[in-house]
Amino acid sequence: MNRSLRTFAFAGLLAAGMAAHAIDPLPFKDLAEEHRYQALARELRCLVCQNQNLADSDAGLARDLRQEVFDLMRQGKSDEEIKTFLTARYGDFVLYRPPVQANTWVLWFGPLVVLVLGAVVVVRIVRSRAAPATAIATAPPPEDA
Amino acid sequence: MNWRMLFPLGVFLVLAAVLASGLGKDPRKVPSPLIGKPAPQFDLPALKVPERRVTSLAYAGKPYLVNVWGSWCVACREEHETLMNLSRSGLLPIVGLNWKDARDDALRWLELFGDPYNDIAVDADGRMAIDFGVYGAPESFLIDGTGTIRHKFIGPITPKLVEDELKPRLAAMTRGKP
Repeated sequence: MNRSLRTFAFAGLLAAGMAAHAIDPLPFKDLAEEHRYQALARELRCLVCQNQNLADSDAGLARDLRQEVFDLMRQGKSDEEIKTFLTARYGDFVLYRPPVQANTWVLWFGPLVVLVLGAVVVVRIVRSRAAPATAIATAPPPEDA
Repeated sequence: MNWRMLFPLGVFLVLAAVLASGLGKDPRKVPSPLIGKPAPQFDLPALKVPERRVTSLAYAGKPYLVNVWGSWCVACREEHETLMNLSRSGLLPIVGLNWKDARDDALRWLELFGDPYNDIAVDADGRMAIDFGVYGAPESFLIDGTGTIRHKFIGPITPKLVEDELKPRLAAMTRGKP
């Protein structure tokens, strides 16, 4: 019992480690640099397995791009510059958070518009149902009461 | 009252139209932002004679095709026959970019299936491919005489693509320059 519990816990630990992020043996100089790198890798899309970010993907290209991101960081490039470097080559698709521009307005504001439209419809339905109810409530009492 | 009953149908039709328009699209084909931009310069070791360099400078001035391939790439095998025919036609030089490949494998591949390339540059660590915005093999770039990328073929080049996409563009390029 004890033994199987321990095995189970160990397996759990292993799984937790795997789920965290792609671990690259990169020579980070401090924790801040590693955090910045991980944050960037999570913001960038892997173009091979398109629904994964660079941090999660184990594709060869994702590994190359992570290395590129690291090298650019080391060259003193800002996050913005690194993203510009990648969008110049791969397009906006590489960004998990697409920029707000004319062709992404529907993407950014569409849900809000649908929400507002839905709210308007709900309010109208509620009002139209409430109207007869109030009419009944305020109806004069019967004559012979 | 009548329009209210038609409203859900209208919403459905709009939604269906939007979704239907997406059906024919291939999500793997991401448009390249590099089209119309200067092609990245390269200066890489040649596959067959590693001491030799393959440079973009050597191809400047006339249109050429850069084809990204690897011996590990199944779809490259698929387009290989088309590349061989293109090479035989002498329409334009084809520069191979051997992407993340083992040299022996690449050489064996050429030996087995034939070599359609005027030159093959080796991109062992994938750096060059990143500059070209490559995210899969095969990919090919049509570069004009001024060194501008004019078209990107994502996936295997087929005889149909040669006729429909490559030849008209090539003809327009040579027509533009006497």
